Amino acid sequence: MSRPSDYVDSGSAKRQPADDDNNSIEQPKLGFVGWIRFAWRQLTSMRTALFLLLMLAIAAVPGSLVPQRSSDPNGVTQYFRDNPSLAPVLDNMQFFDVYGSAWFSAIYLLLFISLIGCVIPRTKHHFQAMRARPPRTPARLNRLDSYTEQTVEGADAASAISSARTLLKKSGYRVEMYEGGGSLSVSAERGYLRETGNLVFHSALVGILLAIGVGGGFGYAGQRVVVEGQTFVNTLLDYNSFNPGRFFNPDTLSPYALTVDDFAVEYEKQNLDAYGQAIDYTAKVTTRSPGQEPEKQTIKVNEPLRYDNTDVYLLGNGYAPKITVRDPQGKAVFTDSVPFLPQDANLTSIGVVKVPDGLSDQLGMIGFFYPTAVKNASGAYTSTYPDLVYPLLTLNVYKGDLGINEGAPKSVYELVTDGMTQLTGGKTDVDSIELQPGQTADLPNGMGTVTFENSSPQQAAGNFDNTVPRFVSLDVHHDPSQGFVLLFAILVMLGLLTSLFVPRRRVWVKAVEKEDGSVTLQYAGLARGEDPGLRQAVDAIAYRHGTILGVPRDLRGTVKK
Amino acid sequence: MNLDELSVLSLWSAMAIYALAFIAFALDLAKRSAEVSAYADEQAAQASGAGSRVDGEQVASAGSAATTTTSRVSSTATIERVDEDASDVTPKRSATLRIGVALTIIGFLLHATADVTRGISAQRVPWANMYEFAMTGTLLIVMVFLMVIVKVDLRFLGTFVMGLVLILLGVSGVNFYVAVVPLPPALQSAWLIIHVFVASLGTAFFGLGFALSAIQLFQHRRELAGKDLKLLKLKFLATLPSSERLENLAYRVNIVGFIFWTFTLMAGSIWAERAWGRYWGWDTKEVWTFIIWVIYAGYIHARATRGWRGSRSAWLAIIGFAAVMFNFTIVNIFFKGLHAYSGL
Ligand code: HEM
Repeated sequence: MSRPSDYVDSGSAKRQPADDDNNSIEQPKLGFVGWIRFAWRQLTSMRTALFLLLMLAIAAVPGSLVPQRSSDPNGVTQYFRDNPSLAPVLDNMQFFDVYGSAWFSAIYLLLFISLIGCVIPRTKHHFQAMRARPPRTPARLNRLDSYTEQTVEGADAASAISSARTLLKKSGYRVEMYEGGGSLSVSAERGYLRETGNLVFHSALVGILLAIGVGGGFGYAGQRVVVEGQTFVNTLLDYNSFNPGRFFNPDTLSPYALTVDDFAVEYEKQNLDAYGQAIDYTAKVTTRSPGQEPEKQTIKVNEPLRYDNTDVYLLGNGYAPKITVRDPQGKAVFTDSVPFLPQDANLTSIGVVKVPDGLSDQLGMIGFFYPTAVKNASGAYTSTYPDLVYPLLTLNVYKGDLGINEGAPKSVYELVTDGMTQLTGGKTDVDSIELQPGQTADLPNGMGTVTFENSSPQQAAGNFDNTVPRFVSLDVHHDPSQGFVLLFAILVMLGLLTSLFVPRRRVWVKAVEKEDGSVTLQYAGLARGEDPGLRQAVDAIAYRHGTILGVPRDLRGTVKK
Repeated sequence: MNLDELSVLSLWSAMAIYALAFIAFALDLAKRSAEVSAYADEQAAQASGAGSRVDGEQVASAGSAATTTTSRVSSTATIERVDEDASDVTPKRSATLRIGVALTIIGFLLHATADVTRGISAQRVPWANMYEFAMTGTLLIVMVFLMVIVKVDLRFLGTFVMGLVLILLGVSGVNFYVAVVPLPPALQSAWLIIHVFVASLGTAFFGLGFALSAIQLFQHRRELAGKDLKLLKLKFLATLPSSERLENLAYRVNIVGFIFWTFTLMAGSIWAERAWGRYWGWDTKEVWTFIIWVIYAGYIHARATRGWRGSRSAWLAIIGFAAVMFNFTIVNIFFKGLHAYSGL
């Protein structure tokens, strides 16, 4: 079976060695230009492309073995904790930022330089090939694998070839007539789209890289935790965290506000194998842009809100118990819905309350929230269901220095207890404060009171639906490259399909007049690239040509004697 | 018995039938080996002149399929061509082989029943966790195999295909089984249907390509070793096409897999954008999908690179499929990432 020939489209009908480094690497002339040319030819050779591709595959592996800062920063911290001696070594080699590392970048940049160096000359070549005439008919067609022939009586070579020309043209071939050596022939070629597809494919890969590299720099990604009823304004200050692209300009933030009106979670209640599993999250929000009517919208997982040049994703959620702290005189010194971070599937959650001012000491509280609290044998609480069946909040109270006066930003989810004295819970012999929605308890040492607010006070006793607000964690992204990446991806796909499935082939038909007045018609084809259907195609052309010329056949298609 | 139990029952029945098919295909290979031995003996006998067949007639059962007569009689429409890629020894029509295929079809029908009933009982597509993915993926492998053998006689791959499917189904049926549970919100997407299905189709084609490439390597070794059939270890190889033909077949199967895989990558990105807010984030599963894609791109390049055609490119196809299997098993179970869909 024929080996596909090389993509380099030289006019010879001979099988070609399948490579592009010109059979042997030409000895470079000594001298700078010679070396540059030599290096360039090496870099853009097929062998280098292959080598770089394999390197790329290998270089991508470590990023799946150790956590990456970009996707799993906590994992990296943990890794440092677990492997204190190994981690710094790996870090030096940028193993925690594999996909932005010098070595990974070097590989793919070289690969793409090679790619460009490959595509440009091929594009030039391809334009020439498309304008060139199909090549001269080889002298001895019967040397080719796909050769076949038939003889017709009472026809002349000229009309036979002219009808072959028409047939080939109708089948999408470019045709050219040749005469010589006592025979008339038509040379035909088709499937230029194959190379076009290949070039489109490779160019579109460059397009994807450029779109990501350049376009991505103009975008940003921000995170914001919003409790039901709260409003988020799309300004830098209102984000909890914000990652701008390299070329991002904060003035380009679309000025809008987004209020989370309601967040509903649906839990599986029928299927006992999945009892309590969340099966739907729906955030109902209202968006307001200057000079426009407010709009009601919904955001779901898998259904982000596309609004005003941003994409808003629902990526996390949990409970945000509303807690009020009063001083001994009853004056509120703290009141807020505090987002508690979920720890397990049943939403046992941990949160922190910091009261810097208004009391005799700075006050910190570490809270555990159980949507459905159950006391287990050891006396500790756990949550057994993620919805509000029997909500309970326990608080460990600390007094002392909250450490927030030094000015360094502190995580709102973490209480540094080093400079503080624990007053309840743990080893203090004083029970933690336990509260249900609507309940109030005294703080130790007569510091004041703490209240777990009930958000639905009208609810009948024992029904805790909606008594604790929920929060959603929204990711707001703006990525102007996204559309371009999609466009290039579609081109990649189309280019791939055409380059792999459009056969590129040459077909020749030659007519040799014999002395007895009959004409022998010779047919042969040559694959240019992978072409499993070549023989069938040549046979089909011979058959159809025979039919046109009136070769008598019986019903089964075999020629009659 | 509820639908899911019916599904499990059908699956284990399918596996039993597949096991029988595996045996039939293996017997067929053994028979081919025996035929090759017999043919080699006969040839040796002829060569030494001890045989009675002085007229040199070819053995009816075995002999080169390639007729070397090139007829140029004017009344013949087409010329019989020499097929250099045909097998050295043409195997007899084999009843065991046909039984193997018939059993595969029966097993396939049971397997399909298992898949469909699982889908109905879950009220969604049956490829949302590892158990279901293994079940659907192997179903597609068998389906692609049965479809391909209609066009090209690749029935000699039966042992391999049945072996692979049995291992995958056995492991996942025993280790990965999970009861039907509703989909978590992140998986509730039309892209689940598209992305995972196309990934399984790609895997099916890569699997066939892997088998062909592996046999290609054996065949190549045999061709290098020379034509002496007596010295041949895996004698049935003499009944299979040439290594070059196998390579071309492998390539055709693998590029179809590659196209599906490219689409999987893209569909996955579109879905990731909707579900996680970014289309590409180097999540472990994304990394491995990318690695596999690059390996197969390397394979395609290797076939166009001098010195890499033939065995070296075949090794790349084999490494590629090993990566596919690694991605499906080890990465799913042991690697941490967002793609936590194994259901385990
Ligand atoms: C980002 C890196 C690259 C990737 C992912 C890639 C991928 C591919 C794929 C999938 C194909 C088969 C489909 C087709 O023919 O269009 C292909 C073919 C080809 N590529 Fe690349 N390529 C890359 C870089 C290069 C480079 C640097 C060169 C030049 C040295 C090159 C030259 C070729 C050639 C000549 C073919 C045709 C092979 C044939 O006819 O079988 N590619 N490439």
